[in-house]
Amino acid sequence: MSGLSRRQFLRWGLPAGLGLAGAAAAATGKEAAAPMPPGMAHPNPTQYTGARPVPTERQAPDAMDPMQILTAFDYGKVTRSSNGGVQREYTVTAFDLEIEVAKGVKFPAWTFNGTVPGPTIRCTEGDRLIIHFRNEGAHPHSIHLHGIHPANMDGVFEIVPPGGRYDYELTADPFGLFLYHCHVMPLKKHIHKGLYGAFIVDPKTPRPPAKELVMVMNGFDTDLDGKNEFYAVNGIANYFADHPIPLQVGEPVRVYLVNILEFDLINSFHLHGNVFTLFRTGTSLTSSEITDTVMLCQGERCVLEFTYHHPGRFMFHAHQSEFAELGWMGMFDVRPPARTA
Amino acid sequence: MGSQDETLATPDLGARSVWRPGAWLLILLPVAVLVAMVVLFLAKGEVLVGKSPIPPDALLKIEFERVVFRPGEIIATVRNTGPDAVTIAQVTVNEALWQYAVSPGTSLTRMQQGLVTIPYPWEAGDPVEVKLITSNGLVFTKKVDIAAETPRPSVKALGAFALLGIYVGVVPVYLGFLWFPFLRRVRERWFHFFLSLTAGLLIFLGVDALKEALEAAGKVPGAFKGVGIILIGVSVGLLGLMAVGERTMGRARAGAPGGERLALAYLIAAGIGLHNLGEGLAIGAAYALGNIALGTFLIVGFTIHNTTEGLGVVAPVARDGVRLRHLLLMGLLAGGPTVLGTWIGGFTYSAVWSVLFLALGAGAIFQVVYELIKLMVRDAREAAGTVANFVGLIVGLGIMYLTGLLVQL
Repeated sequence: MSGLSRRQFLRWGLPAGLGLAGAAAAATGKEAAAPMPPGMAHPNPTQYTGARPVPTERQAPDAMDPMQILTAFDYGKVTRSSNGGVQREYTVTAFDLEIEVAKGVKFPAWTFNGTVPGPTIRCTEGDRLIIHFRNEGAHPHSIHLHGIHPANMDGVFEIVPPGGRYDYELTADPFGLFLYHCHVMPLKKHIHKGLYGAFIVDPKTPRPPAKELVMVMNGFDTDLDGKNEFYAVNGIANYFADHPIPLQVGEPVRVYLVNILEFDLINSFHLHGNVFTLFRTGTSLTSSEITDTVMLCQGERCVLEFTYHHPGRFMFHAHQSEFAELGWMGMFDVRPPARTA
Repeated sequence: MGSQDETLATPDLGARSVWRPGAWLLILLPVAVLVAMVVLFLAKGEVLVGKSPIPPDALLKIEFERVVFRPGEIIATVRNTGPDAVTIAQVTVNEALWQYAVSPGTSLTRMQQGLVTIPYPWEAGDPVEVKLITSNGLVFTKKVDIAAETPRPSVKALGAFALLGIYVGVVPVYLGFLWFPFLRRVRERWFHFFLSLTAGLLIFLGVDALKEALEAAGKVPGAFKGVGIILIGVSVGLLGLMAVGERTMGRARAGAPGGERLALAYLIAAGIGLHNLGEGLAIGAAYALGNIALGTFLIVGFTIHNTTEGLGVVAPVARDGVRLRHLLLMGLLAGGPTVLGTWIGGFTYSAVWSVLFLALGAGAIFQVVYELIKLMVRDAREAAGTVANFVGLIVGLGIMYLTGLLVQL
């Protein structure tokens, strides 16, 4: 109990039932890839300006599972491209969905594939990527990827109206940790409503094996006053405080950390009882720093690598105390090395 | 139907015939139609008036009625004053999500009251901001500028509040009575000067009470319609005291000479007493809510301000002389309610009661002013509009204004 404040103790004493039972079936890749027009010919989105599609009964996850987002990677449907390289096809659908952003608090979100953040798109440097984007939301949307790609694949001018589609085609370059988000104006609105996700481009020579975790730092302005009521990692305030992430002593851990927090100027990540090797933006395999706290502006990313030396519960949280106390707080449950079990 | 036709055709029917069985139907007819309409609207309102473009969830509302500070605990009394049921899903204190419990439950139906208990190590003197976040993400905020432990009814606290009430209410009235021997000596013309001065004092008090009532009405949850409460309070205060006044003044006029003026003095004492009840309520509440540091300066201010009330009570009887018994009673009538007010305000503050008592006081005082002026006019044989009276009134207002500068809650 030594390191525990009364408040933390009280918090943990809360009944664990967050009402999140049931596996959240993220909609990643569930839809068949739409027929691809040959070459770079993309359907003109304006031809889809018909009426908003009748909202089909979505079997959306009745509760998001940040734990699932933590470890799920969408590698796409892999085929060989014409020049013999790897081609990956992803399907990302934007639609409106009410999600739970803190215990008992519902938020009318705009989602990619029904979760906030959306699916983590993962590939290897040099892969040919095709992202089939469908807009089944009530507002125009787009996918803006960070990284190197042609102008018409940037998701800024090619706005996809409700009912429209667009296929993004690009070669993954360079390797590193990126993100994607909707780039339709008003940008603040489209981002804070939940249209974002992580985009990982692995180097050709893979990073050393490790337990890999995706953490997208976000927030929610539930009363729409331009300030966040809740702060979170992967979508639900205090989720990882109530559901600690299991780790093993000596186990190498890699965190892909993305900051997409809207309204607040910066965000940060602080690790308890440990230090991490920091790879800013993940675009180099040479570490820039060994530290325990990193500060990120909106849109900034970094890769963290660490290994726990001691068993027990270790906190990680934003080192803005306000964010931490409004939901951006989590735990690692580090278990002793499996000797006997 | 025949009886109805008859009733309609002969409007000059005697009072008795109105109450015939057929007439009862006529009384009930509009009520029945009204009930039918209400039922229809409740069932099919959306069809009849169209669907509102505003999502109903956006209109939910919770209002704070009272925040109590206990050691290590904050207790907020809240009420759902919105159009629909509301569920409290999260609570923050000073921008941190916090543990809480709501009694009777996190879901409150329309107009239902809930008690939100938050275990929180608050610091005395610090500002505290409590936010309730509803299940649909709306935020309702209460900010307390200075946190202080809420006094609990105990012998000690009752005593402390009573003392406060005595300082600001009772003592000043009796102090004012000390002008009585002086008033006894002034000549007729000056006597009227002091009567109009009293009128000035009272008018100021009445307007002040009305202003306080309007201010407090702003803190009353909208659904309670604070201004409506003021209207009822002022009317009841005014007409109630008028009814009492008619009886006592009338009886006094028929009795011994000077009895009418004694009755008026009692009426003034009663009016001021009602006003002081409201004032005590405000002082007690302000003290308890931690909204003010009730310093000695403020107590001194109220004492000076209220001393003039004593002068007002005894002015009408200055010419006749009065028994000590009456003086003691009138002082108690005028000042005593302050103590009662501080108790009510200090222990069970509710903006609704504050508004009601302040409005009652205002109404009562306006009625007393009316009686006072009536007496002066009759006394002066219609020649009441003298320069002395005018100056008296202005001086009365001026005294209240200047001493009022000393009290700023």
